[in-house]
Amino acid sequence: MTTSTIASRSNARQGALVACALAFLIGGALVFTTGFAGADVLHNAAHDTRHALSFPCH
Amino acid sequence: MLNRILAVGLLAGLVAGSAVAVLQEVTTSRLIIAAEAFEGAGEAPAAAAPAAHDHAGHDHPDMAASGHDHAAPAAALADAGTDDHAASGHQHDSDAWMPADGLERTLVTSLATIATSIGFALMLTAVMVAADGKVTTRSALGWGLSAFIAVNLAPAIGLAPELPGASAAALEARQLWWFGTVAATAAGLFLLGRRPEIVAKSAGLALIVAPHVIGAPHPNEFESAVPAEIAAQFASVSLGLAAAMWLLIAAAAGWFWQRGDAREGLPA
Repeated sequence: MTTSTIASRSNARQGALVACALAFLIGGALVFTTGFAGADVLHNAAHDTRHALSFPCH
Repeated sequence: MLNRILAVGLLAGLVAGSAVAVLQEVTTSRLIIAAEAFEGAGEAPAAAAPAAHDHAGHDHPDMAASGHDHAAPAAALADAGTDDHAASGHQHDSDAWMPADGLERTLVTSLATIATSIGFALMLTAVMVAADGKVTTRSALGWGLSAFIAVNLAPAIGLAPELPGASAAALEARQLWWFGTVAATAAGLFLLGRRPEIVAKSAGLALIVAPHVIGAPHPNEFESAVPAEIAAQFASVSLGLAAAMWLLIAAAAGWFWQRGDAREGLPA
């Protein structure tokens, strides 16, 4: 009983960490797209935001 | 769990991003547009408007004189300096789509700001849940402040928030230093704030200081024609905007997460 409770707890903790890692990656991809992606169209669209939030730009 | 983090990040980013987009429109965007009138004047004097050119000529001797101090530590980076940059990076493909000035530019900029805020909100929420297993408004504000220090304040010490037309070292060198500084400062703050061991705290402090000992890549000459007053105002306003963004993201993420707690606490 105890062992299975501990096991399911550690499974839940592991699942939560995987979820955090995924959410972190999704967020990172978004920030990369608006802040760093090199494509001219993306640069032009996000230009003022890149400057305003002091991402290295140009 | 993933859905909950995504929902909280999305909502917090949307709320904070919308507020920042409004602030941005009346602060940084105006300064950027004012600076664009001077952009290129330093790089291509022949093509610049006569008025802007005169202005650049006035400022140049002073800037060159004070610039030498800076140029010395950056000597190793001379290859990555402004000449290269002006030749390759700066002139973007003129055929690429660009928002028209006015409403279109405001809307596109607002969208980019909201998307960036959502991205940051997702990352912040993910880190808070991974570290603490939960989020409260109070703890979130501490995390948000740390994120501001790591993502905006620490990099700004080496690379001041910069207007279009400012002289700068090669983009790749600055992006690399920026990433390194953000990662080192974030890790350093975590060790300093969350680990009891004196060794961990010392390592954290070293991580925070290291990027500034290494030094940010700087151009070996200063050639911006943008008046220093506009540039200085932009740097401080930009940091204020970033601080507002992080605190709003943190407060909203805490609020939305706790709302979720309250709902879960009710008998099903």
